[in-house]
Amino acid sequence: MELDKLEILLEKYFEGETSIAEENQLKDYFSSSNVAQHLQQYKPLFGYFSASKQQEFTQELPLNSNNRAKKRTTTWLSIAASVVVLLGAGTFTFFNYDTTQKEDLGTFEDPEVAFRETQKALSLLSQNVNVGMESIQYIQEYETAKNKVFN
Amino acid sequence: MHQNEFVNLITPFKDKIFRVARRLLVSTEEAEDATQEVLVKLWNKKDILKNYNSVEALAMTMTKNYCLDQLKSKRASNLKIVHNNFTDREAGLQQKVEDTDSLNWVEKIIDQLPEQQKLIIQMRDIEQYEFEDIAKILEMNETAIRVALSRARKTIREFMLKTHSYGIG
Repeated sequence: MELDKLEILLEKYFEGETSIAEENQLKDYFSSSNVAQHLQQYKPLFGYFSASKQQEFTQELPLNSNNRAKKRTTTWLSIAASVVVLLGAGTFTFFNYDTTQKEDLGTFEDPEVAFRETQKALSLLSQNVNVGMESIQYIQEYETAKNKVFN
Repeated sequence: MHQNEFVNLITPFKDKIFRVARRLLVSTEEAEDATQEVLVKLWNKKDILKNYNSVEALAMTMTKNYCLDQLKSKRASNLKIVHNNFTDREAGLQQKVEDTDSLNWVEKIIDQLPEQQKLIIQMRDIEQYEFEDIAKILEMNETAIRVALSRARKTIREFMLKTHSYGIG
């Protein structure tokens, strides 16, 4: 195409008055290798238009005719799953709690033995309490000494 | 309408929907979401589709409205992230030398146009719709579209000249 014709076309293009066919002529010209020096600056513009037409939508379409029903089943499924999990956790802790209560408490069947064992335990307790009492005696000493000094 | 029929119906223009959405929303992921959304909406309407004489024009109008809604709600709730701000200036200058990168440059310029002009450039210069169809899709008259198109093209030219003669003048 002659250069002057092309420049007129380009001017028309920027005025928004070209037809699709004329725009294609421009695109063809600018995608060719012999673009005039002073028109080089428009090359990327038309190149971009052609290049960006190549982009494609590659995603898959979720086109199930019963999209909504599917959504509903998933919500119900999740509710059911959470109920199962809760029930599982509940029963687990329930039984575990029970067994710890029943564990060894040192229960005796025979009352005689039980009595003896209780006595033993109580005497052990009182001995230990007496150990504590002995050290309290010292405090009593301090108390009397203090009273002597201050009264 | 059967699923296969529907897929055949949308195949010619589903890429166009995606490209228009990408032009407006900038991010590819969001454009993919938008395309899916529009196509699913079309699928739900499948029984009344034969009442429209051009499903493609309907789809494009839906895409346009959906994307503009998205943009509006995003602007109302969030700070706008300007995607083309992340590259620093030095890299930008380097890029201009390369041929493919001057294509990116064009994209950046188009991204700065107002939404309506972006749409018109997309439909006319990339998808090559006739003015009549664009008028139908955008619900505008043809003269207004020609004016907006001319304005958009001239803005792009202005920026191109600026970047082209960078460092010369």
